[in-house]
Amino acid sequence: MDIIVLQVNLKDNVATAFAEIAPSSTVKARDPQGRERPVEVKDAIPYGHKLALTGIPALSPVIKYGETIGRASQDISAGEHVHVHNTESCRGRGDWEGRA
Amino acid sequence: MNQVFRGYRRADGGAGARNTVAVIPSVFCANVVVEAVTRQVINTAGILHHQGCCQLKPDLDLVTACLIGIGRNPNVGAALIVSLGCEGVDAEEVAAGIRQSGKPAETVYIQKGGGTVRAIAQAVQTAQELSRQISAQPREDTDLSHCVMSIKCGASDATSGMASNCVIGYVADRLVDLGGTVIFGETTEFIGAEHILAGRAADPACAQAIYGIVADMEARANRVGVDMRRGQPTPGNIQGGLTTIEEKSLGAIVKSGSRPIQGVLRYEDSAAGKRGLWIKDTPGRELEILTGMAVAGSQCMLFSTGRGAPQGFPVMPVLKICGNPHTFAAMPADMDVNAGEIIEGKKSIEEVGEEVLRELIAVLSGKTTKCETIGYTNLVDFYTKGPVI
Repeated sequence: MDIIVLQVNLKDNVATAFAEIAPSSTVKARDPQGRERPVEVKDAIPYGHKLALTGIPALSPVIKYGETIGRASQDISAGEHVHVHNTESCRGRGDWEGRA
Repeated sequence: MNQVFRGYRRADGGAGARNTVAVIPSVFCANVVVEAVTRQVINTAGILHHQGCCQLKPDLDLVTACLIGIGRNPNVGAALIVSLGCEGVDAEEVAAGIRQSGKPAETVYIQKGGGTVRAIAQAVQTAQELSRQISAQPREDTDLSHCVMSIKCGASDATSGMASNCVIGYVADRLVDLGGTVIFGETTEFIGAEHILAGRAADPACAQAIYGIVADMEARANRVGVDMRRGQPTPGNIQGGLTTIEEKSLGAIVKSGSRPIQGVLRYEDSAAGKRGLWIKDTPGRELEILTGMAVAGSQCMLFSTGRGAPQGFPVMPVLKICGNPHTFAAMPADMDVNAGEIIEGKKSIEEVGEEVLRELIAVLSGKTTKCETIGYTNLVDFYTKGPVI
């Protein structure tokens, strides 16, 4: 059976996996209108984690629920695992306080 | 659909899902007496906490208001306040505040009463009388519009925002439409989603209040000078796939449904007389939000989880809605309703939502929740903001 990953909103550039996905596999991304398209997955994706549906250049917004959930901290290519290693929050950044 | 629950009518117009003697220490120094009372006397619940002395006036006022709020919660039939006698909170003020709602409230003092052992004896006897006094009250048919439902998500993962919070949002809309009250909090988990909530505000003052509490919460955290990540989202959230506070927030607010937000309550406020959907300014941590919701007068909480949050509160039943099917299977003694079937494509949000609404009515009518049954109900603390001195 095909593994399905879920894109919550049409604007999203990430989808969420509700299965463990092995590296270098092909899954189907289902959009909110039920349309499916194949995505080549590069990394291992743990249950509940996200993968990029498109390339996301460094400092560009990562979008889920149709809203910005943070920004890429490095270039992310389609099919990569999207998580704390390549995405950072833009809020609650006490470590940025006092910066120009 | 049955829109009536079997509740205990209260003199102030509220309706209880439980009829318990709340044994309330006015200060942490009285906890040992409270514990002895709750071991001895049936149908009592101790509100064990760590506040009440060596704090500045705003915090002492907040603790006093919260202790009164818990005593006035419709699930409480009578209250016993246990005081050491030299603390910052005035035990008589707490008892008087509870009596104003028309229910009995008594006080016992450790120092004036001849020490700990004699105070235990006196407190046991007083609690015995209160417990027997309220024990004869019957449940009566009560319109569901008397329900003050609080909602929360904890130990969240990626399923929370896509299953269990959607279910709670469905139930929240249903209850608001039936004339009831719904309260949500976790101001930290509005960060990055506050524009959506403000867009649902009933009036401009409410929208401004939403932006205000979020800005205050974020500024308090940022003053520490570190990235909020690990504090929020927690390591467990991150393991579960949540990457940033914004992502966590956008999933968290789903549980508030879609109805207009009527206003923002302060942490120590009661929700008496409020109808519709309200926000209470609380942090996300279980101790403080569960307590704040009981203070508001909530008779029951719907609590969404993905990784498996087992917590409950002494006088407010907490019903766990689990979005992750693996967690539901792994923690059957903690999770009440399986919303994981939505993730698996076996059930719709509406189907599980109607199931939760039926379970909510059953719990309001006396059915115990899983955490309540095993006594995992000790999550009490107040959201004070000043120093301990």
